[in-house]
Amino acid sequence: MTSKGGEKGDVLLEMRGLCIEGQSEDKWNEIVHDIDLTLHRGEVLGLIGESGAGKSTIGIASMGFARPGCRITSGSIVFDGMDLRTMSDGKLRRLRGSRIAYVAQSAAAAFNPAHKLIDQYTETPVQHRVKPKAEAEQDAIALYRRLRLPDPDNIGFRYPHQVSGGQLQRAMTAMAMACRPDLIVFDEPTTALDVTTQIEVLAAIRDVVEEFHTAAIYITHDLAVVAQMADRIMVLQYGDLVEEGDAREMLANPKEEYTRRLLAVRSFRKEEEPPAMADPPLLEIRDVTASYGGEVVVLEDISMKIGRGRTVAVVGESGSGKSTAARVITGLLPPIKGSVLFKGEELPASYKKRSTDQLRHVQMIYQSPDVALNPRQRIRDIIGRPLEFYLGIKGKRKTERTRELLQMIEMDPDEFMDRLPGELSGGQKQRICIARALAADPEVIICDEVTSALDQLVAEEILKLLQRLQNELGVTYLFITHDLATVKAIADEIVVMLQGRIVEQGPKQDILTPPHDPYTDLLLSSVPEMDPDWMDNLLADRAARKARGEKLMETGDQ
Amino acid sequence: MAKILKMVTQRLALGLLTLFVVSMIIFLGVELLPGDFAQEILGQSATPETVAAFRRELGLDLPWYTRYLDWLGGVMQGDFGKSLASRRDVSELIGTRLLNTLFLAAVAAVISVPIALALGVLAALYRNTIFDRTINVFTLTSISFPDFFVAYILILFLSVKVNIFPSISNVSSDLGFWEHVYRVILPALTLTLVIVAHMMRMTRASIINLLASPYIEMAMLKGISRSRIVTHHALPNALAPIINVIVINLAFLVVGVVVVEVVFVYPGLGQLLVDSVSKRDIPVVQASCLIFAATFILLNLTADVLSILTNPRLLHPK
Amino acid sequence: MAQIWKHLKSAPPTAIFGLLVIVVYTFVAFAAPILAPYGEYEIVGSQFELWGEGFILGTDHLGRDMLTRLIYGARNTIGIAFITTCLAFLIGGILGLLATTLGGWVDMLLGRMVDVLMAIPILIFALLILTITGTSQPVLIVVIAVLDSTRVFRLARAVSMNIVVLDFVEAAKLRGEGTWWIITREILPNSLAPLIAEFGLRFCFVFLFISALSFLGLGIQPPTADWGSMVRETATLIAYEDITPLLPAGAIALLTVGVNFVVDWFLHKTSGIRDDK
Repeated sequence: MTSKGGEKGDVLLEMRGLCIEGQSEDKWNEIVHDIDLTLHRGEVLGLIGESGAGKSTIGIASMGFARPGCRITSGSIVFDGMDLRTMSDGKLRRLRGSRIAYVAQSAAAAFNPAHKLIDQYTETPVQHRVKPKAEAEQDAIALYRRLRLPDPDNIGFRYPHQVSGGQLQRAMTAMAMACRPDLIVFDEPTTALDVTTQIEVLAAIRDVVEEFHTAAIYITHDLAVVAQMADRIMVLQYGDLVEEGDAREMLANPKEEYTRRLLAVRSFRKEEEPPAMADPPLLEIRDVTASYGGEVVVLEDISMKIGRGRTVAVVGESGSGKSTAARVITGLLPPIKGSVLFKGEELPASYKKRSTDQLRHVQMIYQSPDVALNPRQRIRDIIGRPLEFYLGIKGKRKTERTRELLQMIEMDPDEFMDRLPGELSGGQKQRICIARALAADPEVIICDEVTSALDQLVAEEILKLLQRLQNELGVTYLFITHDLATVKAIADEIVVMLQGRIVEQGPKQDILTPPHDPYTDLLLSSVPEMDPDWMDNLLADRAARKARGEKLMETGDQ
Repeated sequence: MAKILKMVTQRLALGLLTLFVVSMIIFLGVELLPGDFAQEILGQSATPETVAAFRRELGLDLPWYTRYLDWLGGVMQGDFGKSLASRRDVSELIGTRLLNTLFLAAVAAVISVPIALALGVLAALYRNTIFDRTINVFTLTSISFPDFFVAYILILFLSVKVNIFPSISNVSSDLGFWEHVYRVILPALTLTLVIVAHMMRMTRASIINLLASPYIEMAMLKGISRSRIVTHHALPNALAPIINVIVINLAFLVVGVVVVEVVFVYPGLGQLLVDSVSKRDIPVVQASCLIFAATFILLNLTADVLSILTNPRLLHPK
Repeated sequence: MAQIWKHLKSAPPTAIFGLLVIVVYTFVAFAAPILAPYGEYEIVGSQFELWGEGFILGTDHLGRDMLTRLIYGARNTIGIAFITTCLAFLIGGILGLLATTLGGWVDMLLGRMVDVLMAIPILIFALLILTITGTSQPVLIVVIAVLDSTRVFRLARAVSMNIVVLDFVEAAKLRGEGTWWIITREILPNSLAPLIAEFGLRFCFVFLFISALSFLGLGIQPPTADWGSMVRETATLIAYEDITPLLPAGAIALLTVGVNFVVDWFLHKTSGIRDDK
């Protein structure tokens, strides 16, 4: 940004001793404790933290707003000399949208489905009497162009559901800019987007904020993203400030242990194993084509081999068909064509036709542990059931084995045996899911986005656990994921998928070292890195390559 | 646009099909249920000859599909056959009574719809306040009351203790419009009390659901005034659920008249139906049931079609 | 137990009132022969005697004691409504759960059938059937239970549909568990709360419905003491400012109000817990 490391403007927003309470079951608990925050004109402040850090609550409080079920209990919020907490509702309303604007996480939900994009854009300037409608429309089109939206002259005359997610997010950034506010609050604007789309939106946001010299609060859980966007960073945990400082300085030199751990995330790598793919593969997918309801083909001619004791990662963005591949393997979705082979033997297409032993050998771990465990069963029964069902282990032996499994996933049996899933944290629940899969004594475990619903630090612990279990038990993993960091961490082999087809597959080293397939290249290069100059370099590199006439793959969003 | 047209036609076709199946159930119900109907009507003492003659008269000796098609053909032309009890044409019996019933339902609807919508929206806007809680207790209570309880309380207070309105709504076609309204005021009020509670609760729930949408929060954060948020952001999206609530309750109303008509001895279709059931006057019962069911189905169909037509996602396809 | 007590202490006054009503009614229904001063069908005085000594609430159109009839009415009316609701739940609940777990054509077929049955208003349908079958008590119970079970089916299906798509049910299916296990261990325990609430609401509906039929003379038949019929039998008194017909009607209203209050609290409670997650 222009102000990066340079001069700083006057103070625009100042919070002192901010406390916010949240309601749960008729009780109010403090969720943000005594936070001080200072933001200068033209400065971009990154608020970062895991879930429950209170970052979004604080961000939205800078507009003098608390969501239903939350209330600001003490402290002051002074914006440009005015205390928002003591201000009348009418004055506050005139401030919102015109001088402080908001960009929501899910643009698809935050745009009103009943109105055209441009009408939602012009609403703010017209209502706040900043510009007449015609002028605001011209302005909108100019901003759409500035944000590199395709067909800027006409895109505004569409309805929200007619526009893709990444485009909507940019249209929402344009809408926030409509009155040229002094401050914009960005609430995880790219979290819901695919990684190749994310970079376009990030670049667009950064450009306009820079151009209009707007101050911004950028909320995210991803330190690598905030590294690209912010001048200054505040690290939050459980509603407390952990560390605050200049972005470059903090990234180079974190003071607090928690910040260091956030920075070190994604650095986990499994030890290299000698590539051994000699004997017939444990699991093989041969020429599979599949579709839902017979109309749209979601998988086309997919083949892959998975060797015993290895980890194969299937990576792709939404709509790539990677989860469908998992459903074909488990037998939930019988393919139109092709077959699934286990130890060289063809498995029946539907799980209903498979024998108990065939079912036992392929176990599954799900994306969200919240819904993968029956909330009405105790941990003892959740892990005990496969023991009894598959292996006929009963009574005392079952209890013993359950305890062993709990110890294996690093959970204290005495403490957890008789708990219900609702009494566990997200990471603990995912561990229980792993134990349940292990209880069946399987050959292959399919991990379907197992870390994407978890906070980064917790996710890394789960990856380490899975790796340790593989080292000890020799179990084979098929990882379905959109997250390249996970792939780099744990895979032996990589399968890259795009729109139902396999783009490229092979050992990790081969796939990760250039030359790449154009899509793999796009995918790999789009993953944000901690280096604050990463995005600048990448965009410059892409521009240069384009200028040289190299054919680059465009993102699906253009 | 083509998609909408297709959806609407599909709905209409489905509605017609349902109507057809329902007419079959109503006609053949007599057939499928156990017991010899002719014998039942005539009593155990009837001679086999009388029973046989009676069966012939009813056409019970013909195969069911012939009789069904005959009946359906007649119904299409407004001929519902002859009443067993009075030997008069069923359509003649039904004619004015149907109008009376529709009149009563209309008066009740005119009173209840605006009240219910206003109260529902207010309760949703002032959610969890004393006002909302009081309304909640009140509507919950009124839903729980049997229709005749409400009716007799109204009669006791508005007709017996203070003689404002008549407790018996005898109307005839020579009455003027306002006289007619005056005579049906008590039954209409009874229906209103019951229906307002239902309609208001449904309105409240759908508005609360709507106000929780992220785009409403977005509008607030854009500094849009409260009134504009309601008219501009909430209302266009609330249209479909509100239309649904109204139409469902109108359907409810049409059936709800049966008990109320009996209490107030109002010469409507409901009372005719109840009388005919006691007399086991099958042709009249079939005709009335068909009319009630058809109204009910058509109203629900209207709700379906209207909610398709007001859905912005369908109105502006990709 | 301690937890139930804790919940009760935090219950709003309306819910406590409702619970009280339910307890009292249940007691009266069970203890009817002990509480009632006379026999259920016993003619003890002349027609329509006034309230006073001997007959605290007067007598009905045949000279039977009103109080006695009211007390027995609790037993008959509530009993029949309760049995009917249970039957409706048995039919609708089982079919609804089967439809979701088996899916495919079973689900389609049941769904279509219920759609058609529900296209006819329940009162109209009941009147049609009762015309043909007559109104003996077992017939009444079965007819209303079958008609009402369509509503239970819809709800049971909707609720279990939301659960059957969750990953833990998929996990159980992939483990190879049978339909019975999936219904009883995975789906049922998680759909209990809405089903219990629905039971309360359905009971109210059936109770009001049977009362309405009886009031029309097409429900529970004399000489059985039943509140709906009692309103009908004493209705003429209202013209003389005698509130006797309001007693059985009020007895019906009070119970449904009570049950509704409890259900409302229960719904608020269970949905509140879900919100936190």
